[in-house]
Formats: sequence, structure tokens, C-alpha cells
Amino acid sequence: MGVFVIRRLSILLLILMVSTIIMFFLVSNAGDPYFDLRTDNSPNRAAKFAARTELLHLDQPLPTRYLIWLRGAAKCVVPGMGCDLGRSTRGQEVSTLLVQAMSSTLRLVTVAAVVALVLGIVVGVVSALRQYSGFDYTITFGAFLFFSLPIFWVAVLLKQYLAIEANNWLADPRIGLIASILLSLLSAITWGALLGGDQRRKWIVRGIAFVVTLGVLQYLSAVDWFRNPALGPGLITAGAFAIAIGITELIAGLRRRGVLYATLAMALIASVGQFPLRPFLESRTWATWGTLFLLALVTVGVGIGVGMAFGGLDRGQAARAAVFTGLFSGALIVLDVVLRTVPSYSSLVRGRMFATVGSNTPNFEGNFWQRFLDNGLHLVLPTLAIMLISFAQYSRYSRASMLETMNQDYVRTARAKGLTERTVVVRHAFRNAMIPLATLAALDFGAIISGAIITEHVFGWQGMGRLFTDGLIYTNPNQVMGFYLVTAVSIVVFNLLADIAYAYLDPRIRLS
Amino acid sequence: MSQISPPSGDKSALAGVTPADAAPVTGTAEHVEREFTVRAMTSRQLVSRRFFRHRGALAGLAVFLLTVLLAFSSIGVAGIPGWWSQSYKTTGTKVDGGRMTLDLLPPFVDGDGFSLGKHPFGQDDVGRDYYALTMRGAQRSITIALIVGLVSTVIGVLVGASSGFFRGMTEGALMRVTDLVLTIPQLVIAAVIGLKFGGGAFTLALMLGFITWPNLARLVRGEFLSLREKEFVEAARAMGASSWRIIFRHILPNTLGTIIVSATLSVSAAILLETALSYLGLGVQSPDTSLGLLISEYQDAFTVRPWLFWWPGLFIIMVALSVNFIGDGLRDAFDPKQTRVRA
Repeated sequence: MGVFVIRRLSILLLILMVSTIIMFFLVSNAGDPYFDLRTDNSPNRAAKFAARTELLHLDQPLPTRYLIWLRGAAKCVVPGMGCDLGRSTRGQEVSTLLVQAMSSTLRLVTVAAVVALVLGIVVGVVSALRQYSGFDYTITFGAFLFFSLPIFWVAVLLKQYLAIEANNWLADPRIGLIASILLSLLSAITWGALLGGDQRRKWIVRGIAFVVTLGVLQYLSAVDWFRNPALGPGLITAGAFAIAIGITELIAGLRRRGVLYATLAMALIASVGQFPLRPFLESRTWATWGTLFLLALVTVGVGIGVGMAFGGLDRGQAARAAVFTGLFSGALIVLDVVLRTVPSYSSLVRGRMFATVGSNTPNFEGNFWQRFLDNGLHLVLPTLAIMLISFAQYSRYSRASMLETMNQDYVRTARAKGLTERTVVVRHAFRNAMIPLATLAALDFGAIISGAIITEHVFGWQGMGRLFTDGLIYTNPNQVMGFYLVTAVSIVVFNLLADIAYAYLDPRIRLS
Repeated sequence: MSQISPPSGDKSALAGVTPADAAPVTGTAEHVEREFTVRAMTSRQLVSRRFFRHRGALAGLAVFLLTVLLAFSSIGVAGIPGWWSQSYKTTGTKVDGGRMTLDLLPPFVDGDGFSLGKHPFGQDDVGRDYYALTMRGAQRSITIALIVGLVSTVIGVLVGASSGFFRGMTEGALMRVTDLVLTIPQLVIAAVIGLKFGGGAFTLALMLGFITWPNLARLVRGEFLSLREKEFVEAARAMGASSWRIIFRHILPNTLGTIIVSATLSVSAAILLETALSYLGLGVQSPDTSLGLLISEYQDAFTVRPWLFWWPGLFIIMVALSVNFIGDGLRDAFDPKQTRVRA
């Protein structure tokens, strides 16, 4: 496995090197580096020309310019030496600009990639299992539609309808009766389609979903929940137990008592642990990313421990299920903390919660959770715009792949053996169906980066897309290469992750 | 030859049977035997029959042809005049704030009946007729998309065929080049190319074709890898056929399905790529227009004059969606073994 990784890595790095050469040559030839100075009538025009020549080393031939850049970039890899990626047209260090731009863009790209992947796979798999049903047709048509949408058009539409209208609604957050009924109908249809089964079961599910959704929406509207949102201790406890039962059912089936006990124990720990945890997370000193990371690690450790202790015969499975239960319940607790921050955040941004410009509110002074909420809300719209198209692709591919896998002989054997449908799907078919998706994920990451460039342009983010387009317009290879370096490295990393996932899923690759 | 077969749908084993030729041969009251004549159909006929049963694909084909017809006939192309009286270049005064004069609602729902008016899509900032502008933009975008599809298909097939058939160093080199072009995100390299070659639609289309071929090359290579082991290739070799003759005369016709499907889908991807480039200002540039350019010019006016924003977008979606449906129909038509959604 290690040899495989190293081999892939070296090939990818070689390709990276050659592509930087190609990009550099293309960009340097693409336009006129002096174009804005040609119409300049100021007295020190000649000096400006000289300064530009000095900045971009335009007196040197092209290969020399590339080597100068390469030398500076190589210094970045060695820790300790300064990183010299050249200067932008306005004289700023590209490396500084990059660091500022990188955090927002990488955030956007990662979240979009992960969400699109997870949602796409879930929807595609369910769609394959319910082939030719109404749900399947709707998802297929939806996927086609999203596939054909231009990102920039969607982004502008989202800006108007989601952000501005949502902000207007938040000024007086009430859900009317008609809206509640429509939403409840939608929820009823979705739950009925998701859970499947014979007609009687479907109608029961639909009925329950309708009533519950209607009740919840009207209740939320009546108590003005949207102004002071929170998940109370009751909801968190109920949620934790629901997650425990759901994960057990999905992974092992409720009859595996060992797994069930382990997950229920984790849910209990979560329900009890939320009481000291909430003030701990809300305190100023302890609210940091480091704390969250440590808590996640602790949850994983406790999950493994509980799983091993309660698991009985199914230790491994119980450990996995317990870890997932712990992580998701922990996410519920964090969600509660974030929701409680909403009123104070809302007053800080004067009620316009969904932002349309920038990656965060400029000059924002707030505590950790307010900044978290700020970054998160600014992320929502661009992520949605980018992820729609990737989601469509993933759902189509995972549907096709799942269908192909379900028609294989070994699935038929598993069913004939008497395994429950759930085991057949989750334990056997799913993992094999995911193999071709690993290749697709690697290729699709480039598309996500392209989408990020456009979305950043629409939403006015000062991210790497801005660096790229500015560099292009001013024919400044430094900026473009800086952008390209970060982009290419992230693509390489993503490709590597996809290859590792591929090797993990398909043992034939590992052993060849 | 008589065959008794159940009157059911599209099973490939019974593909040649046409029940229209049935004629009762013998009959008692309860048991009638019918005689079917089997008419052999060529694979081309089979494929088109399956294609025309795919309702989504038919709808897509209709919409695409209508859009192309509309775009190219309304304002004319390359000197041939169209039937639309306004030109997309003449500026003028804005009538009624440039609003749309298109009316679709019948009189009893507060409309004037179906009327086109002078400016059905309204007018832009300087009074140009927006319908003519949109049609011109659609013309450019569709032309570029078709050319990009063609160029990328030709290059992709050549690269894929050579690397799949010849193996060895040729394959190694070509595949490295393919990986190289694939690693760079499409928009990034398209933007750089657009900056240099943008402005003229045909040069832009040609250059864009040079960066969108890798996917097809990989697919074709895969097909060639499996097909070159077949006996008919060995037979052709034994008869003295040259390599290129084997490629084009024997193997390529068998991969035509994959190629056509991929070419169609690449057209739809191309129109999205080109409009995105024009939106960023790096594709087609003024004074020529493209749907992406129109959207980028008027995106800020979205709240007060939404028609300036909706119509170009709608045309992009119409073309991309219809081509996608056609591609899906073609895919199902060429390979019915794949589980398909009965549209």
C-alpha cells in the first residue's frame, strides 16, 4: 500500500511540474503586461514602465523568467526560508495575498466537495434502490436539470431569492398556514418515497410525516423560534437516541443487541454530557478550533471503548456504530450552541443574516461562535451554487454504479443465502458500487475549483479566484502561478485521497 | 419462418419481429396461431428505433432543433437576412423603460391576448432590441459549442485510437499528455486561452476544442484496448491490412456509439464552459455578443429589469438540457444492456 501511494504521488508531482511550465508559458503570452500603462499620460510614465519591467523581469527571456519563479517557489517548500512567489501588479507579495485568499477559498471548496459527495451518494443509492419509482424519476430529472444550469446564472438567482428574500422573511419570521401545509405535503411525499415498502406502510409514513411536520412548523412559528433558536436539552436527548437507533438499524440491524447497547450507551453519555459541555463550549477561553478537534478525538476514543465493552460478539461493528453515534450527537450539541448565538449575531449584522458579498463581514468583532456563524452563513450560498452541479453528477454516477452492482451474481447469492435486504445493500453492494466513484471524485474536484472561481466572482469574495482573474487581466504570471500552485497541490492531495480510497475499497488494486 | 412470441416490448432478442405482419393461420375458437415474419433490421435501424422510443430524447431533439432554427432564422446569419425586423446593433430610445412587449396571457386574465409587440424581450440599456441581441448571442454560443464538440471529438478519437491500438511508448506519452490536460481545471486553462484568443468566435472555439478532448480520449482508448484483441482484427491483420486501415475501417465503427454519445455530451458541456468564460469577460468580447456576456452585463439590473437576465439564461438552459437529453437517449439507444430509466 505504501509503495502504491508513493508511486502515485511521484507521478502526480511530475505532472504538476510540467503543468506549471505550460501554465507559465501560456499566461506570459496571453496578453500585454503593460496594457494599463499604455494609456497613461502621467509624467513618470517611463519610470512606471521600468518598474513594471523590474517587477515581472520582462527584460529576461521567458525560460529565465520561469526559472526565477521556480527558484522562488522552491524556497516555499523548504521550511525556514522565505517564500518568494513574486509580486502582484500593485506591488504586494503574492505569498501574503495567497495566505489571505487561501483560507476562504479552501473552506468553500472543501465544504462544497464534501457536501456534494455525501448528498450525491446518498440520493443516488436510494434512487437506485427505488428504481423506476416516482422518486427515481424526480431525482433523475432534477439531476439533468442541475447538470444543465450555468453556475453564474444560478449564483445570481440564489443571491436574489435565497439571500435577500430570506433576510426579508427573517425580519418577521412567521410561517403561514398555507406554507405549512405545502411544506408538510412535500415532507410527507419525501418520507414516503424514502422509506418505501408496500402501499399501506407508505401511506402510514406519509400520514405521520404530514402531521408531525405541520405540528412542528406551526409550533415553531407560534413560539417565534426563528428569532431565538435553540435545541433544548429535550430535543438533544431525543435526537441522540434517535441517531443511536437509526445508526444501529443502518449498520447492523436492531436485533444485534451488542451494537444497540453500545450506541444507546453513547446516546446516554451525550444526553448527560451536554449539561456540562454547553457552558464549557460557550466560555470565551475554551471556544476554539483546537477544543473542538480534541473533543472529537475524545468522542472517537470513548466510542471505541464503549463499543468494545458493550459489543459482545460484534465488537468491531459496535465500536464503529458507537463512534458515529458519538460524533453525530456531538454535532447536535455544537449545533445547539451555534443556534443560541443567533440572536446576538443577528443584532450585530442588523438582521441581514444571509450575506451576499464577501467571505465574512468586514471588521467583524465577535466571539468564536459568532465568527463561526458569520463564516458559515457566508458559505451557504456559494456552496449551494457550486454543489448543485457536482451533486447532480455524483447522484447519476452512484445510481448507475449501484444499479450495475445490484445486478451482479454475488448480490443474488447473498439474497439467496437469506441475508436481509439491508445487509445485502449496506454490507456488500454499497462498498463495491463506490469504487468507480473514487475516480470520478478525483476528476470532479477540478470542476469544483472552476465553479469556485465563478462563484467567488459573483459573490465578491476576495479569494483565489480574484487573484487568478486579476493576474490574467494584468498578465502577471506571479499571481496566476500562485493561484495555480495552491490549486494544483489541492488537486494532487484530493487525487491521492481518491486513489487511497480506491485502493481501500478495491483490494485488487492494493495487491497488484 | 413462423415464430410465436409474446406481444411485449423491447426485448433485444426479438428485435427483428414486427407484429404488424401477423396473420391468423389456423384457428379454433380458443386457440389461434399467428404467423410472424421476421424482418432483420440493421443495427442502425435498431438504434434509431430505440432512440425514437425515448420520449425525453425526442423532446430534447425537438427543443434543440427549434432553438437552433429560431436563433439562426430570426435575425439571419452571415449576410442572409432573417424574418425579424429589428437589428441587434441599432440603438434607440427606450420605450416604456425597455419593458417586454410580449404578451401571453389571454384577455380574461388581464392580458391582451397573444401578441409579440415591437420588443418582445424588451430593450437593453441603450435601446437595442433584446430579442435580436439574445438571438445573436444564442447563435454565437451554439456555433461555438458545436465547433468545440467537433474539434474535441476529432482530437479525442485520434489520441484515444492511437494510444489504445499501438500501446507501448505511444500510449505512454499520449496518456501522460491526457493526464496533464486533465489535471488542470478546465476553466483555468480555458480562461488563459480565452484571454489570448477571445474576441473571434471561431478561433476561440478551435482553442477550446484543444482542451476538452481528454475525456473522450480515455473512453476511446478503453474501447480500443478491448476491441483490438478480437478475432476480426487478427483476421484483418492476416489479410495484410495496415494499422490505420484496421483502426478506421474495422474497430472505429464498433466504438461509434461511445463516440457519438460523448460528442453530444461534450457539446452541452461546451456551451456551459463558453458562457461561463464570456461571463467572466474572457470569452467572446464586445462588440460581438454571447449569452454569457449578456448575463454578466445585466446581472445587477436583475431586481428592476429581470427580463434582461432571464431570457439569455433560459436559452442556455434550453440548449444544454435538450442536448443532455439527446445524449442520454443516444446512450440508451446504443447500449440497451445498461439499465435505463424508461422516460
